[in-house]
Amino acid sequence: MIVMALSACVTLVACKEPVETRREPTNDMKARGLAAIERAGCGSCHKIPGLDWPAGRLGPSLEGFDDVGLIAGALPNRPDVLAAFIRNAPGVKPGSTMPPMPVSASEAEDIAAYLYGIDHD
Amino acid sequence: MIDALWGWPPPVLDPAGPYSAKVTTLSWSLFALGLVVTAIVVAALYVAIKGPDRWKAKLGGERAIWLGGVAFPGVVLTGLLIWGLTLTASLTESIRGDEMRIRVTGEMWWFRVQYLDADGSVAMEDANEIHIPVGVPVVLELESADVIHSFWVPHLSGKKDMIPGRRTLLRIEADRAGEFGGVCAEYCGGQHALMGFVTVAHDRQEWNVWLAGRRAGAAQAAASPASASEGASPYPGDADAYPTEAELLEQYDPRAGYRLFMDSGCAACHRIAGSDANGLAGPDLTYVGSRRTLGAGILANNRGTMVGWIGDSQSLKPGNRMPSYDVLTAKELGHIAAFLELQR
Ligand code: HEC
Ligand code: HEC
Ligand SMILES: [Cu+2]
Repeated sequence: MIVMALSACVTLVACKEPVETRREPTNDMKARGLAAIERAGCGSCHKIPGLDWPAGRLGPSLEGFDDVGLIAGALPNRPDVLAAFIRNAPGVKPGSTMPPMPVSASEAEDIAAYLYGIDHD
Repeated sequence: MIDALWGWPPPVLDPAGPYSAKVTTLSWSLFALGLVVTAIVVAALYVAIKGPDRWKAKLGGERAIWLGGVAFPGVVLTGLLIWGLTLTASLTESIRGDEMRIRVTGEMWWFRVQYLDADGSVAMEDANEIHIPVGVPVVLELESADVIHSFWVPHLSGKKDMIPGRRTLLRIEADRAGEFGGVCAEYCGGQHALMGFVTVAHDRQEWNVWLAGRRAGAAQAAASPASASEGASPYPGDADAYPTEAELLEQYDPRAGYRLFMDSGCAACHRIAGSDANGLAGPDLTYVGSRRTLGAGILANNRGTMVGWIGDSQSLKPGNRMPSYDVLTAKELGHIAAFLELQR
């Protein structure tokens, strides 16, 4: 069992190298990102790893977000794009049903760092 | 927000007013006394195990039991009871007549807030947020609409039960401006842990501004509840990051929101002063746009959390008495949120 799980990990790592643009964020950034997520209330629509409550279901779960392809199925998967999307989703993806959120530019960067740095599996 | 209860020092040891200062005095005295008693017990234990035989015999004698086991606790506890009750008597002192009065009713699982006139009639309705001026004692008339709740804003006063069919009194006062979190402190069913509120203490000047704002808001609501107050952007912070006015109206149109609010059943449970919405089962929404929190002190209040709450409150606060509106589209939820943000 353990051997199977291990080999599964090994193959996963082997076929999904972290993309260059996905920096390894500092722990500081991640902590600030999670604090901003809690303060803004992103959990009222998303299930977010590291956040027990709230875990709303109106929006997609952000579990394993570091492995998604396109952001919201539309935008290139880059930290700067993600930060812009978090602040003003309908502005960068016309028609997006995620409302603009009241977070500052630097908070959005921290949140993006947090979401990318969840787990590098 | 309930968050305001965390951190160091704990609010009970960080009083923000004269009533809570008494509770703090009592708390420290109890801690100190507890330490003394613990020291005595440890000393006695040491004697009982390692002390000389003569001392051991004394400790086990009848005299020691009468003195240490009956007289000492009897005297100390009686003294403590009398002192504690005298010290905190002013917290529940009855109404003299000239105080500011607010009625707070515990409901499963939120707080109804009614500002009272001098003659006790309701002057203004609100929910989950209590505004008071700094330096003025405020009498709270505590009631319950269903089961026993307990009102506790530790920075400002002690705890007091809210009992169905009875009115209890509790005084609060702040000596500094600030936001002080409060909670229900008596288990009252499934969502007890998510039943909170915020007390906002304003200094003199700010208090007058707040009062004037409330009156203006009420007047505007009476004229036209769906009107978008010109120029007041619901988006705080730097504007360039946000969509243009036209884009906003497409997705978040308060007038459409008003119609949806009236047509979707919200008005049967919620009141908005000046409109036809006069339901009483849920929190008054006349000033919901100015609230610090949503869901009774549990979520920040912004467009996202507003949409999230209306569309999916059952995931956020399972079993709460508002249905999730997942029959509405995201756009419709956005319209309603835009409308509610203007109710301030
Ligand atoms: C009102 C509910 C709501 C709130 C509040 C909300 N979101 Fe979203 N979010 C959505 C929806 C709906 C989508 C899907 C959007 C789309 O497909 O255009 C989404 C998509 C996303 C995505 C892309 C997910 C993916 O799988 O590609 C991310 C990342 C995200 N949100 C982060 C956040 C963050 C961070 C916050 C808090 C600052 C937040 N959201 C607050 C509803 C919300
Ligand atoms: C069956 C009655 C009922 C209906 C219908 C209803 N609500 Fe509610 N609503 C409640 C109750 C009860 C609460 C308090 C829930 C809690 O915190 O436990 C609430 C809370 C709210 C809050 C949060 C208020 C605060 O200060 O925390 C908002 C906003 C709200 N409702 C909006 C709406 C909207 C918009 C609709 C219609 C789409 C609606 N409600 C329909 C009963 C209802
Ligand atoms: Cu309770």
